[in-house]
Amino acid sequence: MPDVNFIVDGKQLTAPAGTLLIDACKSAGIEIPAFCYYPGLSLQAACRMCVVRVEKMPKLQTACTTPVTEGMVVQTETPEIAQARKATLQLLLGNHPLDCPVCDAGGECELQDMTFKYGAADSFYAEPKNHREEQKWSPVVYFDRPRCILCYRCVRMCGEGMDVFALGIQNRGSSSIIAPNVPAQMSPDQLAHVDCEQCGMCIDACPVGALTSGTYRYKTRPWEMNHVATICTHCGDGCKTTLGVRSTSDGSEIVRGDNRDKSGINGDFLCNKGRYAFDFANHGERITQPLVRHADGTLKPVSWEVALEHAGSRLRELRDSRGGSSIGVIGGNRLTNEEAYLLQKFARTVIGTNNIDHHRTADYVTFAQALSGTKGRTASQHDTASFPAVLLVGGDPTNQNPLTAWNLRSDVRLNKARVYVANTETIKLRRQAKAFLQLAPYGYGAFANYLAGDAAAASSAAADANALSAFRDAVKAEEKLLILIGSELRGAELKKLIEFGLTIPGAKFALLSDYVNSRGAADMGLLPDMLPGYVPFGAKHPLASEYAAPAAPGLDMLGIFDAAAEGELSALYVVGANPIARYAVDPAALKDTFVVVQEMFLTETAALADVILPAANLYEKSGSVTNSYGDLQQVAKAADRAGVRSDFEMIVRIADKMGAEVPKLVPFGKGLRADMGQSRGAHSGEADRHAVWLTANNLEPRLSPFDPFAILDEIQRLVPGYSLLRLQLLSGNDQHLEPAAPSGLVQITGQSARRDLVLPAHDSLFTSGTLGRYSAMLNDLQQNEAQRAAASSAHTAAD
Amino acid sequence: MPTLVSHPDEVKVISRRFGQGAADIDKYVELDGYKAVQKAIAEGPEKMSGWIIDTMKASGLRGRGGAGFPTGLKWSFVPKQSEKPKYVLVNGDESEPGTCKDHVIFLEDPHAVIEGTMIAGLAIGAKTGFIYLRGEYRYLLKIMEKAVADAYAKGFLGKNIFGSGLDFDVITQSGAGAYEVGEESALMESLEGKRGVPRIKPPFPAVVGLYGGPTVINNAETIASAPHILLMGGEAYAKIGSERNGGTRLFGISGHVERPGVYELPMGYNLKKAIYEVAGGVKDGKKLKAVVPGGSSCPVLTADEIDVGLDFDQMGKAGTMLGSGGIVVLDETVSIVEFALRTINFYQHESCGWCIPCREGTDWIKKTLTRVHAGGGANKDIDNVQYLAENMLGRTFCPLGDAAAMPTLGFVKKFRKEFEEYIAGKRVDTPLITVQDLVGAH
Amino acid sequence: MSAVANTIFSPEMAARFDKLATIYPVKRSALVPMLLYAQDEVGYVSDAVVAEIAQRLDLLELDVRNVLSYYSMLRTKPAGKYNVQVCTNISCMLRGGYEILDHCKKQLGIGHKGVTPDGVFSLEEVECIGACCWAPAMQINYDFHDNLTPAKVDNLLQIYRDGKGKDVK
Repeated sequence: MPDVNFIVDGKQLTAPAGTLLIDACKSAGIEIPAFCYYPGLSLQAACRMCVVRVEKMPKLQTACTTPVTEGMVVQTETPEIAQARKATLQLLLGNHPLDCPVCDAGGECELQDMTFKYGAADSFYAEPKNHREEQKWSPVVYFDRPRCILCYRCVRMCGEGMDVFALGIQNRGSSSIIAPNVPAQMSPDQLAHVDCEQCGMCIDACPVGALTSGTYRYKTRPWEMNHVATICTHCGDGCKTTLGVRSTSDGSEIVRGDNRDKSGINGDFLCNKGRYAFDFANHGERITQPLVRHADGTLKPVSWEVALEHAGSRLRELRDSRGGSSIGVIGGNRLTNEEAYLLQKFARTVIGTNNIDHHRTADYVTFAQALSGTKGRTASQHDTASFPAVLLVGGDPTNQNPLTAWNLRSDVRLNKARVYVANTETIKLRRQAKAFLQLAPYGYGAFANYLAGDAAAASSAAADANALSAFRDAVKAEEKLLILIGSELRGAELKKLIEFGLTIPGAKFALLSDYVNSRGAADMGLLPDMLPGYVPFGAKHPLASEYAAPAAPGLDMLGIFDAAAEGELSALYVVGANPIARYAVDPAALKDTFVVVQEMFLTETAALADVILPAANLYEKSGSVTNSYGDLQQVAKAADRAGVRSDFEMIVRIADKMGAEVPKLVPFGKGLRADMGQSRGAHSGEADRHAVWLTANNLEPRLSPFDPFAILDEIQRLVPGYSLLRLQLLSGNDQHLEPAAPSGLVQITGQSARRDLVLPAHDSLFTSGTLGRYSAMLNDLQQNEAQRAAASSAHTAAD
Repeated sequence: MPTLVSHPDEVKVISRRFGQGAADIDKYVELDGYKAVQKAIAEGPEKMSGWIIDTMKASGLRGRGGAGFPTGLKWSFVPKQSEKPKYVLVNGDESEPGTCKDHVIFLEDPHAVIEGTMIAGLAIGAKTGFIYLRGEYRYLLKIMEKAVADAYAKGFLGKNIFGSGLDFDVITQSGAGAYEVGEESALMESLEGKRGVPRIKPPFPAVVGLYGGPTVINNAETIASAPHILLMGGEAYAKIGSERNGGTRLFGISGHVERPGVYELPMGYNLKKAIYEVAGGVKDGKKLKAVVPGGSSCPVLTADEIDVGLDFDQMGKAGTMLGSGGIVVLDETVSIVEFALRTINFYQHESCGWCIPCREGTDWIKKTLTRVHAGGGANKDIDNVQYLAENMLGRTFCPLGDAAAMPTLGFVKKFRKEFEEYIAGKRVDTPLITVQDLVGAH
Repeated sequence: MSAVANTIFSPEMAARFDKLATIYPVKRSALVPMLLYAQDEVGYVSDAVVAEIAQRLDLLELDVRNVLSYYSMLRTKPAGKYNVQVCTNISCMLRGGYEILDHCKKQLGIGHKGVTPDGVFSLEEVECIGACCWAPAMQINYDFHDNLTPAKVDNLLQIYRDGKGKDVK
């Protein structure tokens, strides 16, 4: 669209023709109030708050439905307009309860703000307000009807945005209400409920306190919280979640998760886990004291010093007596990059073993190798919201990667993107798909081969040969294609699919995985046969030379436990993982192994430990994480809990107790001689600005061995692909990385012998691995889900 | 069953076949039925559309639903080329209080509606027409359904109508109780199986209408006028009416008159004459108090304001509207407070609830007037009602807000004294309205 | 053979609905009339009606409820066999609509939206029914009765009570 010129409040503005006046004004810093308008959702023109005066038009016009045109002259704040808005507010307040002092939205309510602005304080009415009791639509969604101003944001968010359609508008006139999809008379408890994904997007969109969150309601006032934007710990999408934190007697607790900070990679979106599932931190079974197994076999609380000393000295003994190769190390998918990197460095340089692995939820090794030597071929999460065409093979983003699903739906809705879905299951995203191809069971490999030109693979790829060939033709005709791959595809199948994709010049790839830092764990080298950045052993790479690690691959996850069963594993160090449950390991295998576990809870794995070190969770630490797509983001410490330590700190302290040279493990203290501002003549008062400058230039002093940024320097220096921009990271922005080893290095080791240890978690919207078990809210939602399902097997939600 | 009335001043164009059994297709054909559509087809495929639209333009016919938009012009807005199918939509959701003219058309001359629909279809290049009747008009829907079936049986509808090589289908549709559906875009929503909430305009129906296709939507009377206009010629039709207000229209005169009924009068006919001569004057020799001249949404005229011509322009100049042609006559005994309350009750009940000013405004005016009517009013309530109505006017999503605000403003401005006396207790009528339980749709 | 197995409607109505779903460019267009016709047969729009119509038109039940609750003729609770709908809007009001309504209340012993204990009658005060020039008027089910007087109403109610009233649906 060509640009047009128009005048708003005397200011000459320019915007592409067709831009909505309300958006054009916003871009120019002119805020036009609106309740019903919500960017990206369909237009309503219902609240009449955005009325403006457009010259030559007889009536006030709604800025939300008026496209800018050449020569248009607009007034947005005149007495006439202010009066119109004031009258509208007065009408709303006629029925709206004035319970602002106890309303959850008080202090962040759009109606309150507008009333303040337009001074609609007078009341004309003698009649009583219509009162209705509050309704509990689900464990996490409450509806207070009298507060509802009928802006229909929730209805659109649920239908257009989420494709769930659990909310509707019923009755008419002043009796109009927002109604959930399970009416009272259809419900066993005779109360209305929502049968939905419980994402809470309706609550986020609500401009007033009509929809409130089960986890937050009546807990605190918005201004009593600190708001910390960090990254959600659950799936691999890497959404930013804003945690509302409040001081308590033993630290500070999270009382709310929402999407206040819409600047994140997830824009408007947040799913139920990002919004509600932070409560595991407060679970009653949380371990807050180090525990050591005593001679009588029981775990008893000890001081940190005793516990670390015990763990460190025993590990040293075992390393020295039985060799580093007798020790195994297992890391987690919810550690920060810094912790994961530190852990593998600790394993390789302090313990001296390559017996290190993690719970792999997608085959990032093959992904990196298949794409090695290419540039600009990996997709960012942002691409899922903007690519003109998307091929989704495998996966179920709606349940496992909700932001990806949201972005794809938005892409279809707002950009008319063409989405092609090939899956062995009838996943819900088929509803947005231009074409859905039902693959035969286990047909992914055959499908990849078929796409790559092997016509003979057709019959084992899909039952419908015509649909298959039409699908392939459509996909191949795309010039700019985003290829999203589910974790079902691994090894040769994944390689084949990527090879096919690479024949499309404009294709980009992403491999979906399960947890916040599944990708980071692989990137950081929690692998027995790869150094960080997928650098193979023996490659001529600074990593190899600096580490002086054992040159032969170590034991993988299963190898470690096989060794334990054979009595060959002297010690096992587990950091934030639960392999016993995940890989169904016989606990007896570890009876002769010294086990150290860093955990929040007494998991199946922790229960076998000789030393349990109470760990902080992702919301209680700082660092960085990398999502499924390779987008790096900062994790900020939000909550705090007395008695727990970050995994980073614990690894360093164990290393110290083992006699390691800590400054070599964590290069802290480097940069002390850096410019502290003297050379630039910085004076007091300039300190803040100066700190930013220092940060931007990688010159900030790292004074603590527990400072994750000390090791980020090393990651940046050594790990291929992690050439990050520090200022970008620290400002809370995401940056896309392509951590693939240089192509020359990849070919060195033969990969055919690699075991497929990928074990997708298959989490639903209401589970999150071991962590999910300790979230009361997720448990409530699972129970709620089960009740709903039992109550109305016939009645289904939108899918 | 409606009683037909007659008066010498009537000019019978659209009512020409009333009372002659024209619901029967043979009778209709005998009375020049389906000749207009054949006349149009005889113009040939090249000239047909242009000829129809030119004739309609020449006739000066303006929309009989109430807005008075020139029909020929409306039809000419439909793009010639369209990827999506075009439609003709007949608005028979007659719901404006005081209005029952379409009722008589459906009853007495259903084929005129069908033929008019076909003509509009030929004019814009549509192959399908929908005739939407309000749900309450079930017996009229049956009459329309039979008429449509008869027209199909005769081959007048369906494939290759009258040898033109063109196809045309007519589908009848029932509403289910909603005044708001009379608004053209709300009617389309309803016909698409949705809540009757209006659409954002632009785009206008002529560009994006029913099922997203270009659509002509006209009131039933407008559509039924088309065959007559084509037969008699546009200029001849125009000549009957007043300046810029071609032809005749059906006026329903109701309330306190001696001979209520639906009369066909030339546009511009004097309102006073219509009441005192055509409808026989005020009932029982009482004095005239006020007239609501075009359905309940039109601002009231006092007894000394009624010497005015019944056309869109003259009524506009008089500060009111011609509206739907429903003239409601109030004698001296009527309490304006009560009448205003009954009027706003209706709009409160029928507001779709979509936008704030209408949804809340009608509700608060109703609540306030209910209290005033019950004897609990204060003078500031009159100001409040006026303030509410003024702040609804022109600010709502669709014209329903205006339709509620305009008469309310008329009542409180022209009869403020009566409100004040009522509040002061000088004039307490025995309330006719005892229990008003019309809250909400259910 | 109905498009829906185990339909709750009579074979005639089911067949009518089968056809109704096919005549429009978009199936959903059948929704409003279908709800009304279903109500004519079942007496009201029951949960079962909602479920079957949703199934017939490929809609969510929520969607059907959204629409049904908008239209004032559609009800979700049973009415009397004969639903007496008295217009009290302006034209009727001026000619005695409220007297007619009050008379009905007295004669039937029920109020607005009430149902007589024997289920024969229900009463409703309704908005303008388009019979302004023949006011006061009412509808009993779909049949119009106009130029009413209390005596005429008594007579009508008796006719319906005797089962001799017209009841065209």
